[in-house]
Parts: sequence; C-alpha cells; structure tokens
Amino acid sequence: MEFLNLENIHHSYFSSTQAKDVLCDINLGIREGEFVSFIGPSGCGKTTLLSIIAGLFPPTEGKVYIDGEEISTQNQSLIGYMLQQDYLFPWKNIEDNITIGLKIMARSQKTHKVTANALLREVGLVNVGSNYPRELSGGMRQRVALARTLAVNPKILLLDEPFSALDYQSKLKLEDLVVETLKAYQKTAVLVTHDIGEAIAMSERVFLFSANPGTLHRVFEIPEALQQLSPFDVRQHPAYSDVFQDIWKELESLG
Amino acid sequence: MDNTPFKQYQQMLKKEKRFVRLYQLIILLIFFGGWELLSRFEWIDRLIFSSPTHVWQTFIGKVSDGSLTLHVGVTLMETIIGFIAGTLLGTLIAIILWWSPLLSKVLDPYLVILNAMPKVALGPILIVALGPGYFSIIAMGALISIIITTIVVYTAFKGVDPNYSKVLQTFRATRWQIFKEVILPASFPTIISTLKVNVGLSWVGVIVGEFLVASKGLGYLIIYGFQVFNFNLVLMSLLIIAFFATIMYQVVELIEKMIIKNNA
Repeated sequence: MEFLNLENIHHSYFSSTQAKDVLCDINLGIREGEFVSFIGPSGCGKTTLLSIIAGLFPPTEGKVYIDGEEISTQNQSLIGYMLQQDYLFPWKNIEDNITIGLKIMARSQKTHKVTANALLREVGLVNVGSNYPRELSGGMRQRVALARTLAVNPKILLLDEPFSALDYQSKLKLEDLVVETLKAYQKTAVLVTHDIGEAIAMSERVFLFSANPGTLHRVFEIPEALQQLSPFDVRQHPAYSDVFQDIWKELESLG
Repeated sequence: MDNTPFKQYQQMLKKEKRFVRLYQLIILLIFFGGWELLSRFEWIDRLIFSSPTHVWQTFIGKVSDGSLTLHVGVTLMETIIGFIAGTLLGTLIAIILWWSPLLSKVLDPYLVILNAMPKVALGPILIVALGPGYFSIIAMGALISIIITTIVVYTAFKGVDPNYSKVLQTFRATRWQIFKEVILPASFPTIISTLKVNVGLSWVGVIVGEFLVASKGLGYLIIYGFQVFNFNLVLMSLLIIAFFATIMYQVVELIEKMIIKNNA
C-alpha cells in the first residue's frame, strides 16, 4: 500500500439537463515524500481529482486512502491545498493569515506567533507579519499562502496551479522554494499544472490524463539525474528537452 | 527643495480643496440669502414659504421654552433604534437564508413581493396592532429597511468568492467558522453601504409614523404646523431633520473608515 491510493475513482457532475462523466476508472498510488504532477488537456478533471483527494466532496464511486485511512467528507485527512491565486484574506494581516488554519483547528494560541515567524523565515520573508496582503507583491503573497498551507503540518500537499498567476521570474523562484521546502519537510505533494516544463522541473513522476471523460493516460518517470536538481537547474539540463519532447508528443496525440 | 513638483502637486490639491469648500459655502449663502430676499420682497408667499429669519425666530422660541429638545430627542431615539433594529434584523434574516439554501429558495418570491410593497402602507395596521406609541413608530422605521437589507446583504454573502471558503474547508472548518472568518468580513463593505441607505429609509419610516399617530417628535411638529398653517414650524422641522440625518450619515461613514480600511 502506498501513501496515497486512489481506487477505481469515477466521478460525474449532474445538472438538470445532463450527467457528465468527468473522471473514469482512476487508479494510482503515490509514495510517501514523493512529488508528482497531474497534467492533461483542459476538461480532463485534474482539479476535480484534487478536490476529491482533499475530501472536499466524495467521488461518485471509488475510494481514496491517505496513509492507510479512507478519506470521506466526514473524515478528511490533514491536507494542504494551494490554489491558483493566493486567496489571502485582505482584512487579516500576514501573521493572522498564516495562522488561520491553526485557529480553525483550535490549536494552542500561544505558539501562533512563533509558528508564523518561523514559517515566514522559511519562505524567505521577514518583517512582514504585521503587513496586510495588499502591501505585498504577487510572488510574496503566494509565499505567504505556502506558509499558511504548511502551518497546519499537513500530511500531503495539493497544489492547484499555484504558479500560473505569477510573472515568470517569481514563478521560477517560487518553484525552487516549494521543492526545497517540501524536500526539507519530506512532504508528499501533488501538483496540477498546464505547464509541461514545470511538471518536469518539479516532479519525480508525471501523470498524464486524457479528457472526456478524464482517464489516466500514461505515467512518465522523470530521470533520476533530473530529480536531484532544483527546478531551475532541471530546465538547463541536456536531458530536460528529451523528456519534454516525449510528454509533448503524447499530449499532442490526445488531440 | 521648496518648489519640487511634489510640493507643487500638494499645493494644487490644497488649492482645489479650498476652491470646492468656497463654492459649497457660496451655494449655501445663495440658498438662504435668496430665500430671505424672495420672502422679504414678497416674490414668494411668505405664509407658505416663510423665511430664514422667521424660521430662526421659531427655532429660538422652541429652544427657549424647552419643547424642541423633547421633540428632537423623541424622533432621534425612534430613528436610531429603528435604524439599528432594521439593519440587525435584516442582516440576521440574510444569515438564516445563507445558512439554509433551501429556505432561501422557498422564500425568494415572498422577499420580492415584500420588497416591492410600500412598507409605509402598513402603518395603520402597525398602529392598530402595536398601539399608538413609540413602539409602532420604531417598528415602522425598522420595517422599511429590513427587507432591502436582507436582499442586499444576502446577495453579498452569496457573492463572496467560493475559493476563500475552499481555503478554510481544507482546514476542516465548520460552516459557522466559514461564516465568521470569511463570509461576514468579506461582506462588511456591502453591509456598510446598506447602512447608508438605511439611514435615509429609517427617517422616512419614523417621520411617516409620527405623521400618523404621534403627539411628540419632528414628524408631529410638521403635521401640527401644517394643520395650524404655521409653516415656520414645518420648515424648521425639515431643516432639523436634514441636519441630524446628515450627522447620522457621517457617523456611518466614520464607522466605514474604521472597519474596512484593509478590505481591499
């Protein structure tokens, strides 16, 4: 049994006029501490699958296991979820934004300030605890969102295109930071992205999905040599473009 | 470094502000001065339109015999209570509707009807049901703003970006926590803007209520002045209402500045 297991996941969305299958027969396993990516054309249900793993809603059929425990809306595992935008609360200062998860879970109040400061240092921000989100740049805000996600010490991190709204420079820096931080904490992570390069640069395995309905099409193992490098250095490595070509061709063949 | 472009810009701003204030003052003077002159030269009917000096004399008279404080106090109390009650109840109903989507679907057409109906038309019924006193007048001041508050605030609750709630859901937040941490604070700007509307509405409700039954208050003074054909009294009451309505509005703006300074 792997750390994260998906068994026969089917999911359909219902509207008053039709039922649409978005996910069909998904089976996969992810090791503890592994970083994987989900890529695929739009409409392949990547984000839906992420929400199901998070336990935000149950799949129409199938089961999700995290660390041996079955996940349901009643029994959510402790997951960290990063969205396309930071969604920091504009009316809370940075410190309160980071500790909101701890507050919700009613963990002890005293340690919050310490936790917030330590996490801010971890993500490369200092002396911004009492600032408000609007005073920070997009890249800094997404760093704060990362700190907020890590604050509750989640078992697994789900990243839903968290870099897509950033400028290219911030994106590259943040990719390095995320990989480095998750390695340091030995976190398991699933990244959903449109960006093949990003998927190769950050992950150990890339899961390619096809659309209508979303099915797992192929799994790519990223070469060992690339896995050791930071995302920025992966992009410079000679082996990078071969992997890129492989995935690109496969993605093209899906139409 | 006295003449930097920045300094010039600041001076320009200051100058503009003075300019605006000056013209605002001029309009005020023209209004009252013109009114006084038109009345003095009898270009308008002095009996109906009175004049600033007569209104002022009435005002001094009413202040010195102590009756004005009583009337103003009563109306202010009724308006403020009606305003707060209307806003709180309206928000409370909005919370209940947000809590139960099914209930909100069921009640939707009734809200539309209640909103379209002129609430002041309920005045006579209120007075019979609650008795001809403060209570029915306050009820009127509240009733007039409840439904519109409910609709606007509920719409604001529903308009909050669901991704903010999603963030908290991933921390296993309860529905109440989501409401307290996201939905309510995100809706503060809208709630404040309904407060501004409600200030005006509550005055309408209370004054109409006083028209119908009261023996005290500014609405009573207006009706009384009308009945004895003392328009000095009517116009004085109007000016006092304008004055206090403006102050209430300013107070709401002050609260707005305090609450939502970071709600960008």
